[in-house]
Amino acid sequence: MEILEILLSATFWTAAVRIASPLIFATMGELICERAGVLNLGIEGIMVAGAFTGWMAVYGGAGLWQGVLAAMVAGMAFGLVHAILTVPFGLSQHVVGLGITLLATSATYFTYRLLLPEVTSPPRIEPFAELPIPVLAELPVLGPALFSQTPLTYAAFSTVALTAFVLYRTPLGLALRAAGENPAAVEAQGLSVTGLRLGAVMVGSGLMAVGGAFLTLSAFNSFFFEMVNGRGWICIALVVFGAWRPGKALLGALLFAAFDALQIRLQQTGLGQVVPYQAFLMLPYLLSIAALVLMSRRAEVPAALMVPYNKGER
Amino acid sequence: MRLEPIARPSATRIAGLPALALVGTIAIAMALAALAGADPVHVIALIVKGAVGSSFALLETLNRATPLIFTGLAVAVAFRAKLWNIGAEAQLYLGAVATVALGTGALALPAALLIPMIMLASILAGAFMLLGPAFAKTHAGVDEVVTTLLLNFVVLLLVSYLLEGPMKDPAGMGWPKSERLVAEARLPRIVDGLRLHWGFGIALISAVLVWVMQTRTTLGYQIRAVGLNPKAAAFAGIPVSVVVIKTALISGGLAGLAGFSEVAGLKGSLTLDLSPSFGYTGIIVAMLALLNPLGVVASALFVAGVFVGADSMSRAVGVPSYIADILLASGLLFMVLTLMLTRYRVRWD
Repeated sequence: MEILEILLSATFWTAAVRIASPLIFATMGELICERAGVLNLGIEGIMVAGAFTGWMAVYGGAGLWQGVLAAMVAGMAFGLVHAILTVPFGLSQHVVGLGITLLATSATYFTYRLLLPEVTSPPRIEPFAELPIPVLAELPVLGPALFSQTPLTYAAFSTVALTAFVLYRTPLGLALRAAGENPAAVEAQGLSVTGLRLGAVMVGSGLMAVGGAFLTLSAFNSFFFEMVNGRGWICIALVVFGAWRPGKALLGALLFAAFDALQIRLQQTGLGQVVPYQAFLMLPYLLSIAALVLMSRRAEVPAALMVPYNKGER
Repeated sequence: MRLEPIARPSATRIAGLPALALVGTIAIAMALAALAGADPVHVIALIVKGAVGSSFALLETLNRATPLIFTGLAVAVAFRAKLWNIGAEAQLYLGAVATVALGTGALALPAALLIPMIMLASILAGAFMLLGPAFAKTHAGVDEVVTTLLLNFVVLLLVSYLLEGPMKDPAGMGWPKSERLVAEARLPRIVDGLRLHWGFGIALISAVLVWVMQTRTTLGYQIRAVGLNPKAAAFAGIPVSVVVIKTALISGGLAGLAGFSEVAGLKGSLTLDLSPSFGYTGIIVAMLALLNPLGVVASALFVAGVFVGADSMSRAVGVPSYIADILLASGLLFMVLTLMLTRYRVRWD
C-alpha cells in the first residue's frame, strides 16, 4: 500500500511538523486573543505583513532572529490598531478584523512594490538551517520529524508550552481567561479588562506575524504574493477545533498538517493519475470545515467572546 | 476610559465626524503618495481624473461598479441579519459557472428566454453556495465566518479544475478558460456604441428590490429583528432559523448574479481571474453604505472609482495601485470609528 509507505516514512512526518509550525504560532496567537474575549480576523493580513517584514529585514541585512523580531513588532503594531478599535471603542470585531486584514495585506503589497519596483522574481535569502538535536534526532521516524527541524519550529512548540503555562498556571493567565468569560468579575478584582484585552491582542498578533515569518524565513527563502493563502482562516478553525485549549489546538495543527503533507504526496501516487490535483488541494480546506462542524456543537466558547466591555454599563 | 451614550447628538457632531474620516483617509493617501516619491496633490487629482475625468473613465467606473453593487447588496442583506457572509467570492464564481454551463450552447433558445433562465440558474447557484454554511450555523452552531471564508478557496480550486477539464475551451490554446457564451446568452449594451451592459441596469433594479424587501415586507422586518437581537426575535415568535436561511438564499443569489453579469455582460467567458476580489470588496461597499441597499449603489460607484482612478494614476506616475486598497481599508476603519463617536462621548476617568 502506498499510503502506508508514506505514513511510515520519516520525510513525511518531518514535512508535517514543518507545515504545522506556522499554523502553531498563529493558532496560539488567535487563541490568546479569543481567550481574552476578542475575535481577531486580522490574522490573515497580519500573517502576510509578518511574512514580508521578516523577510525584508533579513534581505536588508538583519540577522534571522532580528527578522523574526521585526515581524513580531509589525504584527503588534497592527494588533494595536485592532485592539484600540475593538476594545476601548468596542467596534464590531468582524468589521475591524476584516478591515485590518485588508489594510495589512495592501500595505504589505504597496511596500513591496515600493521597495522592489523592478524585480520580476523576488530575491532570496539564506533561511534558518536545520538544527538537529544530538541523540534525539537519531530516533527512528519521529527523531528527524521532531528533533531535526529549524530553531523556529522548536520555538513554535515552546510557544504552546509557554501559552498553556501562562494561561493555566499564572495569575495573569487567570485574569486573561476571566476577561474572556466574565469581564465584570475582573473589574471587580481591581484589574483592567481593557488593559488585559489590549495586551492579549497585541501579543497574539505578534505571534501571528511570527507564523507568517516562518514561511519566508524557515519554510521557504523568499516572499511572494498569496503566500499565506488562507492559513490565517484555517488557524481560526483550529482554535475552535482545539476547544480554545493550547494542547488540543497543537494536536489539531499537527493533524491538519499531516493531512496536508499526505495530500501532497498522494498527488505523486497512482491516485494522482486518476483524481484531479485540485481535489487534493481542496482537502485541507474541506477538512477544516468538517472539523468545525463536528466540534462546534460541544465547544465551550469563551462566554464574553465578541462582547465589548464598557465600564459602568451592564 | 469609557463610552457614554449621547441622547441628542448635535448636527456638527453628526456631519463633522464623518467628514473628519474622509479628510483622514485622503491624508493617508497623500502621505503614501509622498512616500512613493510623487506629488501628493497631483496623485489625488490623477485618481479623480482617472475615475470620472472622461466618458471613457466614467464608463469604466460604471462597469467596475456593477459586480460591486451585486456583492455589496449580498453582504448588506446578510450582515443586516448578522449572518456574516464572507463568501460572496465563492458565490460569484458559482454563479459564473452556472452561466457558462447553460450559456455556451447547452440550451438553444432565443435570448428572451435564455437570459432569464441563465439568470435564475446563477441565482440558484449562488444561493446554494451559502445554504451549507447557513444550515451549519442554524443547526450546529458553526461560525459562518470561517466556513464561508474557507469555501472561497474550495470554489476557486473547483473552477480551476472545471477550466482545465470539463469546461475547458478546446480552442483556448491550453489556456484555462471556458468557451465563449453564445450570442443569445450575452447581455446587450444599454446604449448602442457605449461600453456599458445591462448588468448595470439589473444591479440597479436589484438594489431597489432589496430596498423594498427590507423596508416594506414582513421578511425585511424579521431580518432586522433577528439581526438586532435573535433571542428577542425568537421570543416575539419570529422563526429565527428560517429567517437566517431565507436571508442566506437572497444574499447568495445576489452574489451569484454578480458572476452572471460579469460573464454575460462583460467578459463573455469564464477565467480564473474573473473576480479581482469583488466578493471581499463587497464587504467594504456594504459597510460604507451602512448596509443600506440604495446606499450600496453610491458606495459601489465610489469604491469602483477609487480602483479605476488608482489604476490609471499608477500607469501615469508609478505609485503602486495598492494605494486604492489601503485607502479603502483605512477609510472603512475611520468611518466605523467616527460613526460610533457620533453616538457616544469618550469619558476619561
